[in-house]
Amino acid sequence: MSYIRKPVARHPSLRANALGLTLRDYEGAMSTMCAGCGHDSITAAIVRAFHETDTPPYMVAKLSGIGCSSKTPTYFLSGAHGFNSAHGRMPAIATGAAAANRALTLIGVSGDGDSLSIGIGQMSHAIRRNVNMLYVLENNGVYGLTKGQFSASADPGSKSKRGEPNTQQSIDPVLLALSLGATFVARSFSGDKDQLVPILKAGLAHRGFALVDVVSPCVTFNDHDGSTKSYLYTREHQQAAIEMSFVPHREEIVAQYAPGTTREVAMHDGSLVRFSKVPDGYDPTDRRMVMDWLLEHQRSGAIPTGLLFLDPDANPEMHAASKTPEMPLTDMPYDKLCPGSAALDALQRGYR
Amino acid sequence: MRPTDVKDPDYFHKVVDCQYACPAHTNVPEYIRLIAQGRYTDAYLLNRQSNVFPGILGRTCDRPCEPACRRTRVDEKPVAICRLKRVAADLRDDVTDLLPTAPAKKNGKRVACIGAGPASLVVANDLMPLGYEVTIFEKLSVPGGLMRSNIPAFRLPEEVLNEEIDMILRMGVDIRYDSPVKSLKSLLDGGAFDAVFVGSGAPRGKELKIPGREEAAANIHIGIDWLESVAFGHTDKIGERVLIIGVGNTAMDCCRTSARLGGKSIKVMARKPRQFFKASPWELEDAEEENVEIVVDHEPTAFVVENGRLTGVRFQRYESTIDAKGKLSQKPLDEVFFPADDVILAIGQENAFPWIERDIGIEFDKWDVPVLDATTFESTRKGVFFGGDAAMGPKNIIWAAEHGHQAAISIHNHCEGIPLHERPAPGMNLVSAKMGLHEWSYKNDYNPVGRQKMTHVDLAERLREFGREVEVGFTPEQVAREVERCLNCDVQTVFTDRLCIECDACVDVCPVLCLTITSNGEEEDLRGRLSAPAENLDQALFVSGPLPQTRRVMIKDEDLCVHCGLCAERCPTAAWDMQKFDLLLSYAGRKTCTKAA
Ligand SMILES: Cc1cc2nc3c(=O)[nH]c(=O)nc-3n(C[C@H](O)[C@H](O)[C@H](O)COP(=O)(O)OP(=O)(O)OC[C@H]3O[C@@H](n4cnc5c(N)ncnc54)[C@H](O)[C@@H]3O)c2cc1C
Ligand SMILES: Cc1ncc(C[n+]2csc(CCOP(=O)(O)OP(=O)(O)O)c2C)c(N)n1
Ligand code: SF4
Ligand code: SF4
Ligand code: SF4
Ligand SMILES: [Mg+2]
Repeated sequence: MSYIRKPVARHPSLRANALGLTLRDYEGAMSTMCAGCGHDSITAAIVRAFHETDTPPYMVAKLSGIGCSSKTPTYFLSGAHGFNSAHGRMPAIATGAAAANRALTLIGVSGDGDSLSIGIGQMSHAIRRNVNMLYVLENNGVYGLTKGQFSASADPGSKSKRGEPNTQQSIDPVLLALSLGATFVARSFSGDKDQLVPILKAGLAHRGFALVDVVSPCVTFNDHDGSTKSYLYTREHQQAAIEMSFVPHREEIVAQYAPGTTREVAMHDGSLVRFSKVPDGYDPTDRRMVMDWLLEHQRSGAIPTGLLFLDPDANPEMHAASKTPEMPLTDMPYDKLCPGSAALDALQRGYR
Repeated sequence: MRPTDVKDPDYFHKVVDCQYACPAHTNVPEYIRLIAQGRYTDAYLLNRQSNVFPGILGRTCDRPCEPACRRTRVDEKPVAICRLKRVAADLRDDVTDLLPTAPAKKNGKRVACIGAGPASLVVANDLMPLGYEVTIFEKLSVPGGLMRSNIPAFRLPEEVLNEEIDMILRMGVDIRYDSPVKSLKSLLDGGAFDAVFVGSGAPRGKELKIPGREEAAANIHIGIDWLESVAFGHTDKIGERVLIIGVGNTAMDCCRTSARLGGKSIKVMARKPRQFFKASPWELEDAEEENVEIVVDHEPTAFVVENGRLTGVRFQRYESTIDAKGKLSQKPLDEVFFPADDVILAIGQENAFPWIERDIGIEFDKWDVPVLDATTFESTRKGVFFGGDAAMGPKNIIWAAEHGHQAAISIHNHCEGIPLHERPAPGMNLVSAKMGLHEWSYKNDYNPVGRQKMTHVDLAERLREFGREVEVGFTPEQVAREVERCLNCDVQTVFTDRLCIECDACVDVCPVLCLTITSNGEEEDLRGRLSAPAENLDQALFVSGPLPQTRRVMIKDEDLCVHCGLCAERCPTAAWDMQKFDLLLSYAGRKTCTKAA
């Protein structure tokens, strides 16, 4: 852990975004992760995504559970709201926050332990409900905070630091999310910001639950030979299958593409996701095809990455499904939000 | 790009911007740290090693280090490097027992120095401890050269000058006052000396040949001669209305001296607009604080004389325009008259060697400047060396000191029969600054505090008493703040490519976006695709060898690095380390210099 504050000295060429803020205005406290942790790289990517999307920090809520990964919201957007929940319970808190104030941009940061062990039920239901949030799962195959026990995402046969192989099956959050009807599913690698930042930006623009599973090596407990979540292993097996770019709605669309070479998916906020390279016959909006393709490709040990599936219209987002008003509940006058016992009695009479 | 050769001391030396810009390569960050620790004597001795006159230079140095200082690139103003040097000199203990001494047993070699200015004094300083017998011939009856005769006492107190000169002379230098060398030929023919060093300065002030010059001669003064005459008490007053022609540093001393000798309306007349002035900005500020007016775009055309007496000067007025490239063009306007009682000419100095015969094997170029070897300072006659203003025209004290060091090495080689160009190359030491997990042997916490402002003695008081030093020096609180501003540029980021696992931690944490991991390319292409564009071409790019996992390279743009060490703190494999760099310079008879303490 560094004892000093990050120097306030800045590079003079730092670009100010539409709000007049530079990248450095989106930073948080100094990280207390182990030096070299993949989670820190993801933090840096998140800082860039928020800066580049001109998001006002005070309109963001950062939510997390327990784990090293779940500590990281402290290290970005110090001007945002935040809630650090009990282990695995972040999705419930996020659902509540989304219900209460739909104007907020929600980012959840979780780990493979927080999301796939104790919190797997919570995460599953948040996906099912299609809560409008960006959900970043920092996946290192271990419980980092509690000293490196295998997590539910550890691959069978991968070795612990002491050399013992994992004997249980792993849970793949990408396939899980696809099977639960997720509308935005991506996988990336902490060491590949060129890929990760556009995915995060698209995830922020997506109206609904956007799952980004990010392989994020744990330098201390899971970066050795025999690990399938190390820097070296991930670099050797990563297959950046799907290439895309994010085109914010403000940007005039000038580039002309020959038909067939790209595919564009319109997001609900007017922005576009432009797929520039996909494998032959791959359709990122066809859930069954994507699941088949992943099962097929992952069998060989490859780690396909990119924005793997996107269908903003596949399922309604939580507010749309529950037909809540456009106005955030937090902005509603209290007597309208809570019309009192007379109104409740009348409602209940209607059910009798 | 090819991997950077960090074995060459020049690479890291360049990163220490101030040290690299200092003609004598003073180890600035080290002395600032010593001051921060209260080790003023050590800081003084470290300074003395390279620049020999810390007390004098701490008040008067031209400070080429400050515009170069890294701090200016992340903050508004440079570290007050020069005035911190003065702190070391003011607060040190008695150093008598710590100074170099001359051995009782001499080496049998005799060296003559002509002139007792800083250049000759440094030659004596370097050669006396080696057993040389050094004789200095000085025209005046006091030592110091222009430091004494021209730099006014309100900028450089006499005691400071005397003390630092005495540190050299008391090694037993044979100094002969009132002994102008009138013929170099006879000095050489005498055969008493194994080598001769000419440190006689650039003693002639330039003339302004316009109508009225002769008729008004009584009230027209040559700046450097006039300052000398003030310094030695021959002149103690001037008229109320004074015009100074020229706007270099000599002009600044002339106008401020006039203000102390009765001048009431003092104007410095400049031919060009302000951005073309030769005077240092701080000298201009100090003059203006003393109510001197600076008039731009005026060129003198005639001295006006009535009844045999100067009444003023006529000037051509110009309108200046500066184009986008910074080129000046001037359109003549009308002529104007400025009344004056006295005029001081401060338009430059030149070399003059009437006492050097032109048939003794010493060649001069068409400007009457001696032809010298740029490294050894030897003239075209073996065994005769030049340095200071005599070598390259008017410069400054710190250059004179550096010339002195180099000439001393040459003289030593000459006397030992070693070829003059066999000079030990600078070496370096690199020692890890790591003290604990995230603790370093230097303070890496960036302090955003601004440059401390020097307090000046109140105006009335300084004009009342000629020799009253204007600057009072930093208070202890100011020192404590100013030392914190130094970025410790000598604590270098040192990279070991085979250790890097490309986790990006260093790239992500760097507050000033110095670092990038990318595919290699040509420099121009690389400079455009780093974490931030590397637009300062004066600053190097460090390029590593191929990294183990992806064969990409680590690139560091040295430009804005604040030496916070966070890259090394966040690196899991210690591929980045912070290492303290010590440039090892050689001096006459000493291969390398080691730290003072
Ligand atoms: C007004 C003024 C202000 C300045 N202010 C600064 C300043 O603030 N900071 C700075 O760094 N520099 C300053 N300088 C420049 C600086 O003083 C000189 O660059 C420096 O002193 C040069 O040193 P030197 O040893 O080469 O020669 P000098 O200092 O010129 O010394 C030469 C000596 O040789 C003697 N001499 C000459 N001919 C003979 C002879 N034939 N025989 C015997 N002796 C002889 C002279 O009497 C003199 O003592 C200033 C210069 C002037 C004119
Ligand atoms: C209710 C509860 N059970 C168990 C724990 C212990 N615990 C803390 S963090 C953690 C696992 C974290 O793993 P992961 O989410 O993958 O985070 P990482 O540290 O790997 O980033 C566990 C089991 C706890 N804090 N609370
Ligand atoms: S910051 Fe310190 S070490 Fe760096 S150039 Fe300035 S004075 Fe020198
Ligand atoms: S020391 Fe390292 S982290 Fe700090 S500014 Fe320099 S390169 Fe960046
Ligand atoms: S922090 Fe160290 S290991 Fe990581 S990329 Fe930088 S130099 Fe390489
Ligand atoms: Mg984990």
